[in-house]
Amino acid sequence: MSATIIETVDITKIYGMGDISVAALNGINLKIEAGEFVAIMGPSGSGKSTLMHILGCLSQPTSGQYILDGEDVSHLDKAQLAAVRNRKIGFIFQAYNLLARTSALRNVTLPLLYNHADAKLSVEDGDQKARAMLELVGLGERVNHQPHELSGGQQQRVAIARALINDPVMVIADEPTGNLDSRSGEEIMNLLHKLHSQGTTIVMVTHDPKIAAHTQRTVILKDGVIDVINHNGNHHPTLEVQHEAA
Amino acid sequence: MKPLEAIRIAWEAILKNKVRSLLTMLGIIIGVAAVIIMVAISAGTEATIQDQITSLGSNLVFVQGAMTRGGPGQAPTGGLVYDDAAAIQDGVSGVKAVVVEQNSSETIKAGDVTLEDVEILGTTTGFPSVRDMDIAEGRYFTDQEIERKTKVAILGYDVAQELFGDASPIGEYIKVGNTQIAIIGVFKEKGLVGNTDFDSRIYMPISVVFQKFTPSMFARFMGDSVRMIYVEVEDGVNQDTVIAGIERLLVKRHDVTTDTEDFTITTQQDIISTRESTTAAFRSLLAWVAGVSLIVGGIGIMNIMLVSVTERTREIGIRQAVGATPADIRLQFLTEALMLSVVGGLIGTLVGISGAYIFGALSDMRTVIQASSILLAFGSAAAVGAFFGYYPANQAAQLDPIEALRYE
Repeated sequence: MSATIIETVDITKIYGMGDISVAALNGINLKIEAGEFVAIMGPSGSGKSTLMHILGCLSQPTSGQYILDGEDVSHLDKAQLAAVRNRKIGFIFQAYNLLARTSALRNVTLPLLYNHADAKLSVEDGDQKARAMLELVGLGERVNHQPHELSGGQQQRVAIARALINDPVMVIADEPTGNLDSRSGEEIMNLLHKLHSQGTTIVMVTHDPKIAAHTQRTVILKDGVIDVINHNGNHHPTLEVQHEAA
Repeated sequence: MKPLEAIRIAWEAILKNKVRSLLTMLGIIIGVAAVIIMVAISAGTEATIQDQITSLGSNLVFVQGAMTRGGPGQAPTGGLVYDDAAAIQDGVSGVKAVVVEQNSSETIKAGDVTLEDVEILGTTTGFPSVRDMDIAEGRYFTDQEIERKTKVAILGYDVAQELFGDASPIGEYIKVGNTQIAIIGVFKEKGLVGNTDFDSRIYMPISVVFQKFTPSMFARFMGDSVRMIYVEVEDGVNQDTVIAGIERLLVKRHDVTTDTEDFTITTQQDIISTRESTTAAFRSLLAWVAGVSLIVGGIGIMNIMLVSVTERTREIGIRQAVGATPADIRLQFLTEALMLSVVGGLIGTLVGISGAYIFGALSDMRTVIQASSILLAFGSAAAVGAFFGYYPANQAAQLDPIEALRYE
């Protein structure tokens, strides 16, 4: 049987106070299993960014419970949330968000710097792992290039390598192809599919139905609640493998 | 984040903005250099004073005449007279030597060279040993020559140079005022001690000065007045006891009370402590000025760090997203501020040391570089960096990751 990576129970997020308060999320119940590839869609103002921030442990719900990888993270403080982000979540942003004037290698090793776990890699091992990650995303030849020397698609691939370096339980991708031309976008989607096929859990926020169609499920938000969940009928390799094993 | 990694990141950040980093450090550089140079200058001044203490000769008590005019119908008291010296020598215990000085100022001529306003110092035979003067050539005058009022002189080094150049003046005659004087010796170079230039004077038996250069109609009744009597105290004898003895004796001899004394007694220690307290005040003033520039430098660092935090909001957001805790971010920016001030302190130390050397070499002032001032300046720089770096670092640590990631 598969492990549940994400489980939310009646999550709300309310901005402001009193009469002027706005509920960005109004009771979200969502479960995502290990190995799933899920898209979150919705018009602007639907609360999809807010949900992504909560799922990514960048902010906390006003009420409700968020259980990530079996751990209730609803009430952690800033430092604890940072540690959870570091160990369990890999981020891919629309704007890549690489450190400027810093080599691809150093960008990829950045999360290792903040890994306070005991089983921390040595600098040499970390570099080696980062090289392997860059190899995986097809940038083995550009380890020492700085972001401004790379194309948008290549920068996004560095970001993906960075997202994977700490072996996260899931990758959160926020409009990963939003800044890219269609060809580069397609390459990135192919890469995400490749990762998915290797077992990575991916939650992707997008407003593009064509991109969302790549995933297995599309969660559509509207006015802070889940409007509908579409099953896209895509292959779910990990689950099947696990079913066969069972 | 390990401290070593924090240091590496801070170093890289500083290198990415070399010009700005250097300008930021400038305040600290100037502050540290100023502290080191200024302390070196005042330490140099103190060392000069220390040297003077030694070169003045030790255990000296100075008795100076203080002329009082007396009331209407009263004869003015003459202050110190020549006979007082002998009285001190005989009547006060613990006195090793007594030297008398009377001075005047005359035009002197040798051949066709004329020097105006040369100080003529009439003195006694104890002078060279008490004032630590050595004869370079020839000899000093004797007690007999003082008694006979023999017209001889010993030249100060500079006077000899100006009158005779490198030629030997021994046996030559010079004209002092209207008096022919035979030169019997030249002193070695001594230099400036306090405000007295020992090399630009000529030295004669005090009796000759009384007779030819400072004649007084009162001398027949009261004795020849003198400017100063030096009393050298015997080793191991308490100076204060000797001073009290001299005071008692002179009060009696001059027929005055302790309130109307016509003389003042000072010791070398009095002179030195006056000068030392002056230099101490000077030094603490300098240290304050330099300290203020360090603080200004620290404010400069805080200013730039605040700008830097704002500028790098996005970078902070990225670091937070991948797992940097508030403590990690604080450490990063605090390390950067500390490194700016420590590197600034290092550069400032180098500038300060070389500046003190150059200043000492190019000016008359002596500089002595104090290790303590380097430590102090360096330590203050680091403290300033930590103090003024904390606020910006904390601002950075408090940033909300979502806001920070949205920052353009």
